Amino acid sequence: MAEVATGLAHEYAVKTLNVVKEYEMGKQTLRALKGIDVEIRSGEYISIMGPSGSGKSTLFNMIGGLDKPTEGKVYIDEVDISGLDAYELAWLRCRKIGYIFQTFNLIPVMTALENCTLPMIFAGMTTQDAMDKAAGLLALVGLGDRIRHKPLELSGGQQQRVACARALANDPAIILADEPTGNLDLKTGKEIIELLRRLNKEKGVTIISATHDLKMLDVSDRIIWIRDGMVDKIERRDELDIEVGTLEGEEA
Amino acid sequence: MLSQDAKKRAGIKRQIRLPNSEAFKIALRSIKIRFWRSIVTMAGIILAIAFLSYVMTAGWVERGVQAADETAVRDGVQARATQFWLIGISLLVCVVGITNAMLMSVTERYREIGTMKCLGALDWFVVKLFLIEAMLQGVVGSLAGACIGFTAAVLAGMTQYDGVLGSLPWGAALLSLTASVAVGGVLSVLGAVYPARRAGKMPPADAMRTEI
Repeated sequence: MAEVATGLAHEYAVKTLNVVKEYEMGKQTLRALKGIDVEIRSGEYISIMGPSGSGKSTLFNMIGGLDKPTEGKVYIDEVDISGLDAYELAWLRCRKIGYIFQTFNLIPVMTALENCTLPMIFAGMTTQDAMDKAAGLLALVGLGDRIRHKPLELSGGQQQRVACARALANDPAIILADEPTGNLDLKTGKEIIELLRRLNKEKGVTIISATHDLKMLDVSDRIIWIRDGMVDKIERRDELDIEVGTLEGEEA
Repeated sequence: MLSQDAKKRAGIKRQIRLPNSEAFKIALRSIKIRFWRSIVTMAGIILAIAFLSYVMTAGWVERGVQAADETAVRDGVQARATQFWLIGISLLVCVVGITNAMLMSVTERYREIGTMKCLGALDWFVVKLFLIEAMLQGVVGSLAGACIGFTAAVLAGMTQYDGVLGSLPWGAALLSLTASVAVGGVLSVLGAVYPARRAGKMPPADAMRTEI
């Protein structure tokens, strides 16, 4: 457990080698990813940017072990995930990776607390330990007073905070966020981005976020631009030449 | 392919656990939140099992009365043969109804299933949750149905014959009550097998993509 929590200091949290993904659409074959090579170091905050339909979400699914590439390899903590069986993949999703989705995807019949305990219960923790830890995580994301609320009784921003707490449940090495601010207004979106940045700094979690929210650029260490299923360019933040504040026309 | 050694280095293990108590809690919550829907699903089981239990109990009522007074019952036997045909059909309809309701329930919860898989649920965790849910509904529904059928049969017997309560072989009648509850439970799990397996097999990425 402990060695998992610290991530064992692998240099690369995620590495992809010539990843290709094809979808069969009737008689046509759609090439969503056309050979992606990226290397993401442990502890980095990465944004994957690109227009809709560029293959962002597909890449996200590949990196998260949610879908298998047609060709190429994905390494997580230097393990090729195509070599893992269903049990090992489930273990990986449970312990190594935390997921945050655009649509929050909390389980509607469970309270915020129960949602956060679910991954820990899958990981074999006792209910009491899981509850205690989940309460701590909810406090960490600023929802300490709302742990008994059901998702529908929470605002969008609050639901996404619950999702962040849930993603942290088993101390993952990587948090994958698929358009985490896509369903939120500017202000709450910014709060979530700041929360992710804080978690990245304090816990050393690698954050990989597929987005087209330009506010994300401000906090990312590197930005991977995807276009037409290929890596367009990879920029470090200090190389960026756009002013984020002015692009969004946002105050404060 | 990857060597065992490399896997070990990264600490990859095999996911195995979902304690029964937790599975029960989750299934119970799913039923509670969709209470009225569950009642409608259960209605099929209640009716079918009530019918089964009614016919079985009516048989015991007649046998009891006959044992006390040989001339009391005249036309019981061939009427019961057709009734068993009807029971068979009503149980079949009930299973089909459960399968249909569970399929709807799976469709409605695509996203929920996908989320659970992303959080590390194995296929059989999902299957287990759906089967437990069906079993709980089946047992509760059959219990209600069995009691209704039993009471109805005894009351009907009392209008026809005298001294039914005294002559009824209670042990055998209660045993058939238990049997009909078991039949209901088993049928309802049987009806849920296909939907649950379909839910379990769903790849998480597909489950997340589906818009309902």
